[in-house]
Amino acid sequence: MFSWIVWRELILAWRRRADVLSTVFFFVIVVSLFPLGIGPEAQLLRSIAPGVVWVAALLASMLSLGRLFANDYQDGTLEQLLLTPQPLYLVVLAKTLAHWLIAEIPLVLIAPLLGIQFDLSQDTLRLLFVTLLLGTPVLSLIGSVGAALTVGLRNSGVLISILVLPLYIPVLIFGAGGVEASIMGTSPQSHIYLLAAITVLSLTFAPWAAAAALRISLE
Amino acid sequence: MRGDRRLFSGLNFSLSPGTFVQLTGPNGSGKTSLLRILCGLLAPAEGEVRWQGANIRSLAEEYFTFTTYLGHRHGIKDELTGIENLRISNALNGTEISEQSARSVLEMMGLAGREAIPVRLLSEGQRRRVALARLVVCGTTLWLLDEILASLDKSAIALIRSLIEEHLAKGGIAVVATHQEFELKSASIQRLELAT
Repeated sequence: MFSWIVWRELILAWRRRADVLSTVFFFVIVVSLFPLGIGPEAQLLRSIAPGVVWVAALLASMLSLGRLFANDYQDGTLEQLLLTPQPLYLVVLAKTLAHWLIAEIPLVLIAPLLGIQFDLSQDTLRLLFVTLLLGTPVLSLIGSVGAALTVGLRNSGVLISILVLPLYIPVLIFGAGGVEASIMGTSPQSHIYLLAAITVLSLTFAPWAAAAALRISLE
Repeated sequence: MRGDRRLFSGLNFSLSPGTFVQLTGPNGSGKTSLLRILCGLLAPAEGEVRWQGANIRSLAEEYFTFTTYLGHRHGIKDELTGIENLRISNALNGTEISEQSARSVLEMMGLAGREAIPVRLLSEGQRRRVALARLVVCGTTLWLLDEILASLDKSAIALIRSLIEEHLAKGGIAVVATHQEFELKSASIQRLELAT
């Protein structure tokens, strides 16, 4: 069942490639605007790079979260998902996993490439990749709760941002902090551990919260 | 109860195997709400729904193994083909079917030659047929069907009628909200009319 939902989401994403690509392009453009706007000051660019990439990743995931449940809601398949004889949190978890694969993984893969624009060293690029890989599941997981709460509402995109972005702050701090630490020459280990802890925590609670929110939204 | 409005109260009925219930009533009288309460999407403001003696709230997901609900929204994905829609919705409901059997079910529903194109290219009635194809293979006992006859032609309605008759003969239960007259042979038809 779990794999069927993931498979379904992957097919749907493939048939609607434009949606996925627009998120990736948004990420690329936002990140690239900073070096262009600030100019070739290597020292400054290096110090703002982690924050810029992370903030852009948060904003890019806002774009795709609106669609996480809204499309299914409109054509009635969300009702059908709620009526399947499986625990709803598993359904939500499968959809969240698919969202991470479709919307977040491309960002994680492309981020080191974009980091070159900021004159980051090899080690820092690698760390940027690792922190994003560890931290982006949280974006999907916490985002799923926001998306579930706002499903069926008009202008849900803005509302999701207001609900979810504040909850992203810990991920942003430890994710960008880890990369910054490596730029400063200190150990990023503590940041990475904390990031992993947040990921595990949200993996434990977010699917339940999103499932409960979906039931309320669909009443 | 929708918003502040009480749609119906004092409603008490039980359904035995082989029963067909036609739910009628003017627009806004609560047909859809009643069906959503019966399928467990909506919690009743007062009272409870019982399945074989147990409250459906306590049965939770187990209840869904007995029921199939088709709402007035089709519940199929526009980007997927008929076969994919049918196979995925069946797999999620616990019975995996092969591509071949999905194809033959869709052929039976009068969609021969159109099983493998995205559903968004089909007409409204054909999409409804794809949604209804689930009834052929779902194998559940309680069917809750909301306005399913809308935008269907005569042959499709005849097809649905024979599906429901077969379902009732096997001891199934069907609750159908519809404005159209629905003639069934043999089976015991109950009419439930909701007033505004």
